[in-house]
Amino acid sequence: MERNIAQISLFAALIAALGLMPPLMMGFGVPISAQSMGVMIAGTILGARKGAAAAALLLLLVAIGLPMMSGGRGGLGVFVSPTGGFALGFPFAAWVTGKVVETLPLKPVGLAAAIGSVLGGVVTLYAFGIVGMSIVLDKTLAEALALSIVFLPGDFVKAGVVGVIAQSLARVYPQALPWCDSNTRISRL
Amino acid sequence: MISPFSPVESRAHEWPAFSKLLALCALSTGLFFTDNVTVLFAAFACTALVYGIAGPAFLRTALVTLRTLLPVVALVTIWHGATGDPRGGAVIILRMITLVVWASAFTMTTRLGEMVELVRSCAKPFERIGFPVGSLGLAIPLTIRFIPVFIARTRSMDEAWRARSESRRKWRLFLPLLLAAMDDADDVAEAIRARGGTNP
Repeated sequence: MERNIAQISLFAALIAALGLMPPLMMGFGVPISAQSMGVMIAGTILGARKGAAAAALLLLLVAIGLPMMSGGRGGLGVFVSPTGGFALGFPFAAWVTGKVVETLPLKPVGLAAAIGSVLGGVVTLYAFGIVGMSIVLDKTLAEALALSIVFLPGDFVKAGVVGVIAQSLARVYPQALPWCDSNTRISRL
Repeated sequence: MISPFSPVESRAHEWPAFSKLLALCALSTGLFFTDNVTVLFAAFACTALVYGIAGPAFLRTALVTLRTLLPVVALVTIWHGATGDPRGGAVIILRMITLVVWASAFTMTTRLGEMVELVRSCAKPFERIGFPVGSLGLAIPLTIRFIPVFIARTRSMDEAWRARSESRRKWRLFLPLLLAAMDDADDVAEAIRARGGTNP
């Protein structure tokens, strides 16, 4: 119990810290924030339930007014802005990422993490983000997708980076990924 | 850190947080039921007027929030200018700005303590289905405490990296950062347990 609370809180802090770091600039001036990578990592390492809890805890803190979304945004305004759907999608993205790595018996570990990150941190996240954007900006879903498509390449790169990180993590600290080996999973229980 | 809290006390600080939240939800939903430019402009103008009366410090905080919307405003203007529907564009921009400004007004005029109380009472019904309301009081400060820790650690790792290498693959820092965070989580869990656990 203590361990769960500590992990959830610290990963919420990690997602927030990644969002507050200066974004990388990709070609044609599209800013890439590391925040959604934090969400993918939380799902990959903590699993579906705890990963989603970490992302939800972050949203709770944003909702009560702390400036923890990328670019230092905070408060309820975040959720009604055009990108509010992406914010609300964070816990679901972490959940799907975690669920995929927990259930798909894929080797190598990095591949499982990358696929989980694409399905959770890209597909699920964009599903929420695009619906939110189409409501606030009064556009069709296809138009909202077109408006966010410049960010897609960066998000695929992030999923790839998560795969690389998970692969190295499995080598140097396999206890961190209880789903990647049935023996360690049993010993952790 | 930039804070979305109001720098000045106002009369709205005294209103009960729950009523403010209900009013915000009702008003925001209402905005979606009208496509009338005049109504939306009136809502926006009233809001701007109230902010103006509340003082320059209030107004400045609101403008900081709105700055993040600028690219979207530009995009919508271009889109609707190109498709020959400026009226539709005005509706969208006015509604979007008013929504965000109202929501930030709630955040600015509600103190953190009240906000935490509000969360607590809203979460109470979920306690029965196993939602750990009590542990929120532990999780929230832990998260807030560790954000500056992680930022400072990333900065020092980055400096160490730059002193030793010309390679600019910054994402490589992520793995040591993650390992340190996991060790921290273990340490924190142990410290909580040593002090009597989550339910002393």
